[in-house]
Amino acid sequence: MELFGEAFAWFTDPANWSGVTGIPNRMFEHVWLSALTIAVGTLVALPIGLAIGHTRRGAFLAVSIANVGRALPSYSLLLIFFTFLGIGFASAFPALLVLTIPPILTSTYVGVTEVDRDMVEAGRGMGMTEVELLRRVEVPMALPVIIAGVRIAAVQVVATATLAALVGGGALGRFIVDGFGLQRHDQLVGGAILVALLALATERSFTLLERRVISPGVRGVVDKEPAATPRPVLEMGA
Amino acid sequence: MNWNWISSNVGAIADAALDHVVLTALAVGIGFAISFLFALLIHHDRRFYSPISGITGLLYTIPSLALLALLTPITGLSLLTAEIALVSYTLLILTRHIVAGLDGVPREIDEAAVGMGYDVGGRLMRVDLPLAIPLIVAGLRVATVTTIGLVMVTAFIGEGGLGQLMLRGFNFRNYTAVYVGAIVTVGLAIVADLGLITAGRLATPWTRPR
Repeated sequence: MELFGEAFAWFTDPANWSGVTGIPNRMFEHVWLSALTIAVGTLVALPIGLAIGHTRRGAFLAVSIANVGRALPSYSLLLIFFTFLGIGFASAFPALLVLTIPPILTSTYVGVTEVDRDMVEAGRGMGMTEVELLRRVEVPMALPVIIAGVRIAAVQVVATATLAALVGGGALGRFIVDGFGLQRHDQLVGGAILVALLALATERSFTLLERRVISPGVRGVVDKEPAATPRPVLEMGA
Repeated sequence: MNWNWISSNVGAIADAALDHVVLTALAVGIGFAISFLFALLIHHDRRFYSPISGITGLLYTIPSLALLALLTPITGLSLLTAEIALVSYTLLILTRHIVAGLDGVPREIDEAAVGMGYDVGGRLMRVDLPLAIPLIVAGLRVATVTTIGLVMVTAFIGEGGLGQLMLRGFNFRNYTAVYVGAIVTVGLAIVADLGLITAGRLATPWTRPR
């Protein structure tokens, strides 16, 4: 395959490994933009989701936000934010942030709501305050669902951060958008491989995180479910 | 908002919207056919579950722009490239929902069907599938709304329907086109979603209270 030869040559060219336009810097920009967005998105959506899940109030709001979020494509968001905020990360960041909120908010709310009410009542009977109930009963039990939501958001952000190049952001999308513009297949394919690997690595690291932070007791309960019963997909992807 | 631009480009906007609908319908249609096959395989034999969910999960995780970039040198700037990418993203969603729907049929109902003399095919067509309709429709809703959003990205390879309209607006700093494209897309998504909900209700008259 001549194409992969070209891509290989692109990867091994030292000129592509240095400076602002080099692979390391573009990768750094991509990871930095994605990580910042996920961190801020989690800080915003998690408390709201916990509050809705715990109090059972405002569920309608959560569902509405999730549905609107699904109907607003990331591509449109980027271009719309661009018309207000101009070129660069300034418009990429808010567009990405809007994407992270629905999956994290819904999964947190659904996760907490699905916690067995008997467990919560038992905790209450043991004299736990509302905050303790949330922190020591509901959150640990809901953690698999919450992390799944953050994982969906993170993969989506890594995917969409690629489009940031369209509005003049850096990141790995630069290689692809410019590759299309210049009809340069080597950098097009090279950039695509980097983005795909980053998305897969993001997904993988959240799966590993799930294994580490979820309480063995909760995991045991999860494992008892027949492994082959698939869950319907809650949220959209790239 | 430049209202003059809108009134003098109604035709172009409608064309873009129609393209958008066609691209979406093709992708969801082909995706459904493939997913249906996958789901039947999984329903028939669980051993198919891991390989199929592995492949569809991998396709789902690869960012859309990256997949288009990988395909373009091979299949060119074409409708085929756009559809391969769009179909890829529907597979995970649809397969999971169809399998979940088929799995959700209560055992007693299946046994009753066997007792009444249904063979495997008849049971599938006349018992399992109708009962799976609510979950299948749920899958189609997610897949359709997702695809309507993803079609936008295929503007990079010269397709894209309303995405193309927005990209041109963006390139020429004609922001009205950007807003119109975004609003019409959301409108399409809402109409498609409501349409599927209605179709699902009509197809399952037994779920309505008498």
